[in-house]
Amino acid sequence: MIKVDNIVKSFGGKTALDRVSFHIQRGEYVALLGANGAGKTTLTRILATLARPTLGQISIAGCSPKNDAQTIRRQIGVMSHHSFLYDDLTAEENLRFYGRMYGLSGLEGRINRLLTQVGLAKRRHDRTSTFSRGMQQRLSLARALLHEPPILLLDEPFAGLDVNATEMVKELLDESIAHDNTVLLTVHDIDYALEKTQRVLILNEGRLILDQAVQSVSRQQIREALAA
Amino acid sequence: MTHSLRQVATILHKDLVTEMRSKDIVISMLVFSLIVVAVFNFIFDPGSEQIKTTAPGILWVAIIFAGNLGLSRSFAREHENAMMQGLLLCPVDRSLIFVAKVIGNIIFISIVELISVPIMIVLFDLSIGAVFWQLVLILLLGTIGFAGVGTLFSTISANTKSREVMLPILLFPVSIPIILSAVKSTTYLLNNSTVNNVWSWIRILIAFDLIFTVVCFLLYEYVLEE
Repeated sequence: MIKVDNIVKSFGGKTALDRVSFHIQRGEYVALLGANGAGKTTLTRILATLARPTLGQISIAGCSPKNDAQTIRRQIGVMSHHSFLYDDLTAEENLRFYGRMYGLSGLEGRINRLLTQVGLAKRRHDRTSTFSRGMQQRLSLARALLHEPPILLLDEPFAGLDVNATEMVKELLDESIAHDNTVLLTVHDIDYALEKTQRVLILNEGRLILDQAVQSVSRQQIREALAA
Repeated sequence: MTHSLRQVATILHKDLVTEMRSKDIVISMLVFSLIVVAVFNFIFDPGSEQIKTTAPGILWVAIIFAGNLGLSRSFAREHENAMMQGLLLCPVDRSLIFVAKVIGNIIFISIVELISVPIMIVLFDLSIGAVFWQLVLILLLGTIGFAGVGTLFSTISANTKSREVMLPILLFPVSIPIILSAVKSTTYLLNNSTVNNVWSWIRILIAFDLIFTVVCFLLYEYVLEE
């Protein structure tokens, strides 16, 4: 589903990603870990077609971002540190905007269902500028799931969420996995990664230093790799 | 309506709704253009020969500088919550984003012109009865050309740290042919020059509008690349 072969990403003289390679199968739930500045966000941006690798090849759902970026964009749902929400639009209007950009049918039904799932149905007519960080994160997840993408790229989706909202997002993720979706999750929570995901990738200064199934890796190994 | 046209309409609708609610683009442009008109009104005697020759320049100074302010603001807004990235994640051709943004900028600048130009005509005691439609045409053509080039350069400058300074530095040298032909055709028009003089500059303005808009349309995808 996701193939990353030997990609390098440089910004001027700084190498953000250094010969990173991995493959993710359909339906796999993979955690991407790493210290701040390890290259996680750069990797997510490249997979999301928002940036191009300096060197190397990528294939997502059998398509190359160079030749078929539009098809890839239909296949992926992205959630990042930024909410990608317009402050002056309401929750409902934000989702409607993105739904129309994807040309989705049955849009109002999808919006109703997702707003209920993320617990924002009562705030649907409120502008997102009045939302807390946690509410914006939940709406951002609804935006990422709106077009029912088979691949989810989630960059720290639990950041800024309270306990209830975290549980809500985790439930939505579980549901997504149950539907055989492929998920690459950037996360700092080692316990969650070991408990819920199937595989752990660890980036360190742009290099992939660990790629193992969760059954064959210990918490201690992950800690050591992160501290390396 | 094809999906592409729907996407253009969706982006445009979103821009108009957010502007109707925040009003920060049109209000700042309008205030700036009215200040320019008011200051020049203090300098020149209304209805004098001097004002007839300088009015076209004052008019376009007000439009271009106010337009610059609006263009800068319009793209700063897209970058505030990385909304441009959200838009780029959608399966939309980058050229369609350009088309929607240009139409939006034309509408915002035209709203400012609709208010500030009549006020300027009254304050400067200009007589435009016979040339009204030609003046409208020149304003429209100048606005289209400036918004086209401005949309491209405001996208470039929005990614820089000092975008407010960078935009005029990049935009004005490139848009000189449009500004020059707009000012010249307006000057000839308001000073009762021959039809040939006026239309020769209008034709140049049309040509530059076409060239710049097509080139900017084709280049926009590369501008949005990282």
